[in-house]
Amino acid sequence: MSMELRTSPHQISDRSVERIMLHVVLALLPISAFSVWQYGLSALALLFTVTATCLFTERLLNRAAGQASTLNDWSATITGILLALTLPPAFPLWMGVVAGFVAIAIGKALFGGLGHNVFNPALIGRAFVQAAFPVAITTWVPPFAPQRFTEFIPSTLTLPFMLPNDVSAWIASASVDGFTGATPLARWKFEHFVYPLQDMLTGSAGASSGETSAVLILLCGLYLAVRKFMDWRIPVAVIGSAALVAWSFHYYDAIAFPPVHLVLLSGGLMLGALFMATDMATSPVTPLGVWIYGAVIGVVTVMIRYFGGLTEGVMYAILLGNALTPFIDQYTQPRVFGTRQQGAKK
Amino acid sequence: MRLPFVKRAATFAHGIHPAYHKETGSLPIRRLPFAPRLIVPLSQHIGKAAVCCVSVGQEVLRGQVIATADGFVSLPVHAPATGVVEAIGLMPAANGKMVDSVTIRVYEADGQQILVSEPRDIDALDKKQLLAAIQQTGISGLGGATFPAHVKLSVPPDVVIDTMVVNGAECEPFLTCDHRIMVERTQDLLRGIRIAMKVSGAPRTVIGVEDNKPDAIAAIRAALPADGSITVQALETKYPQGAEDTIIYALLGREIPAGQRPASIGVLVNNVMTLAYLGRLLPAGEGIVERVLTVAGPGVQKPGNYIVPIGTPLRFLLEQVGARSNASEVILGGPMMGMTISSLDVPVTKGTSGVLAFGKAQVAEETPRVYPCIKCGECLNVCPKFLNPSQLGLLAAKREYAVMAESFNLDRCFECGCCSYVCPSHIPLVQQFRIAKAVNRERAAA
Repeated sequence: MSMELRTSPHQISDRSVERIMLHVVLALLPISAFSVWQYGLSALALLFTVTATCLFTERLLNRAAGQASTLNDWSATITGILLALTLPPAFPLWMGVVAGFVAIAIGKALFGGLGHNVFNPALIGRAFVQAAFPVAITTWVPPFAPQRFTEFIPSTLTLPFMLPNDVSAWIASASVDGFTGATPLARWKFEHFVYPLQDMLTGSAGASSGETSAVLILLCGLYLAVRKFMDWRIPVAVIGSAALVAWSFHYYDAIAFPPVHLVLLSGGLMLGALFMATDMATSPVTPLGVWIYGAVIGVVTVMIRYFGGLTEGVMYAILLGNALTPFIDQYTQPRVFGTRQQGAKK
Repeated sequence: MRLPFVKRAATFAHGIHPAYHKETGSLPIRRLPFAPRLIVPLSQHIGKAAVCCVSVGQEVLRGQVIATADGFVSLPVHAPATGVVEAIGLMPAANGKMVDSVTIRVYEADGQQILVSEPRDIDALDKKQLLAAIQQTGISGLGGATFPAHVKLSVPPDVVIDTMVVNGAECEPFLTCDHRIMVERTQDLLRGIRIAMKVSGAPRTVIGVEDNKPDAIAAIRAALPADGSITVQALETKYPQGAEDTIIYALLGREIPAGQRPASIGVLVNNVMTLAYLGRLLPAGEGIVERVLTVAGPGVQKPGNYIVPIGTPLRFLLEQVGARSNASEVILGGPMMGMTISSLDVPVTKGTSGVLAFGKAQVAEETPRVYPCIKCGECLNVCPKFLNPSQLGLLAAKREYAVMAESFNLDRCFECGCCSYVCPSHIPLVQQFRIAKAVNRERAAA
């Protein structure tokens, strides 16, 4: 018989990159479905367009680099879905194509592909369109508009390189009472209006496609954490530190600073904490490092919101955390077995 | 799943829970017949090779010394069967090298009794005489380390051993020979423990057994002496519970300082198989001519624990247990740390604790695709030495071998395989670390 020579270990687990990534995709599906339920055809078209752009870009660059296709590792799919979920539902599709292309080409392929990227590709895509299309990315429409399954939001079908079509008529015909075109955070910042907790948990407030239902996002994240496809310590650190800082400020001055639930449940903090800060390639690997990284993101998010010009801030906080990751890893190397001071136990 | 706040079995931090495949643990030890030819290497231990004292054509009796120890750190070799010395010369060994070996053509229909022995009253011997007697048995570390037993038990005068740890964890998947030894040869084991305690001066002994072997724990507990000097402790079933660092930590809460031996914290570790053979052979004055080992794996029709004469070629052994034709990977030792062999002509030696035959279906039909490190950090969560395999792997890819050793403690890695086991990118981390260590050793020697 022919003998196979291999080095130990000869038994390995069933963990694989494809499996981890596929489960993240599965966990994002309920969130995507909910966003389509809220915003209708436009959200569906945006999800489809952005994800397809990401996959197409990945394949194109594979071919340009003479590599085998990397589509089957599912990572480009995750980037596409996540990116679409962070964009406003009325975002013009052609701008979505730009965002998807930038996310994969600049956010990922330029660094060397999966595992080599320093920043979360989806957030690179979003950061680019936030700078390029400041109006479109802050144009919000109300959820559950009655005509959402029969007609697109007018801005969705804007022609390439054109400014978005006006959506005010569409919002007016949606006849949703009291909709002001602002997110809960913006309404707090400019009107000191406190959104009801229940609306924010279930997704009745206006926001980006996939950011609205905190309960759903938490459940999907919980699934990943329980199946060990996600590091639970990161979202705990992000949400915990953000809550602590927000609570301290609110306690200090309840008039000037919003209540804790408004901070935690708005502006993509949940989606960011559970699905973007946890991106493995761009978060630290050391046990102490992940706590520091999560805490930095949580604190910076709240600081940007309170003292910066932006009403949100999760995106820049995570990108900053990504940038700090190699540094955090370097200074939090684990204590090697056998280097402890002796005689601690028994 | 365990409930919180319930007292758990002793354990260490990190590690993995592979599929254990301990089905052979319930099968009693059985004896295999002699192979027509036995190939007995002169060096089956760490230290100097034994010096052959027989010649070609000479008849040898089962148990007779055929090679004598060359100095203190060396062991004699005994004839595993009665027969004629057919050849003395280089033969292939498991590690792929050619080693000096004695080939014995076994007389057919020969009995299994040991023909040469020198029974002694061990209670009458002092430490020095006991050590000499232990060396004459030819016993090396039978868990696979193959360090001569008498050398390990020789405690320098300036060292005080306060506890002997007896390693019955048997954390490698598939292997169950230690398990059967603890169940079937409990008295041998305890006799061996008392001898080792006397020689090393250790006042107490803790036997650690993984809690997937409750019958072994019960058998030992029933045989323990009343004075309380020997105790048995259940360990959590987790790999690598049986490594020296981890079992000492689990049982005593002490960490061996990096780069030092257990003796530096007053501990001596011995494997149950080694001590059971010591307790069996020393009073009888016999040499080690056979050992119990596990033959298992999906490529074997009759897996089990067998008494196999030293020198039995693996081809004969696998024929006896009905190796399947698709068995293409044969591993000596366990699947986590064992090594594959390139030829079935290599013999069973004193350090062979298991022979596993895996078929093509088990060894993944195509090698899983290797991805770049996605920095999931799972390797850090399982490394029992708290290393950073992720970082080490990235450095290995850049051939930064010196940095790996200087800044990331490469030399603390004992190649347990936990990082490779969990890696979702299927990066051959352990293999990379072995290469790095070998290159560093060569550079240091140059």
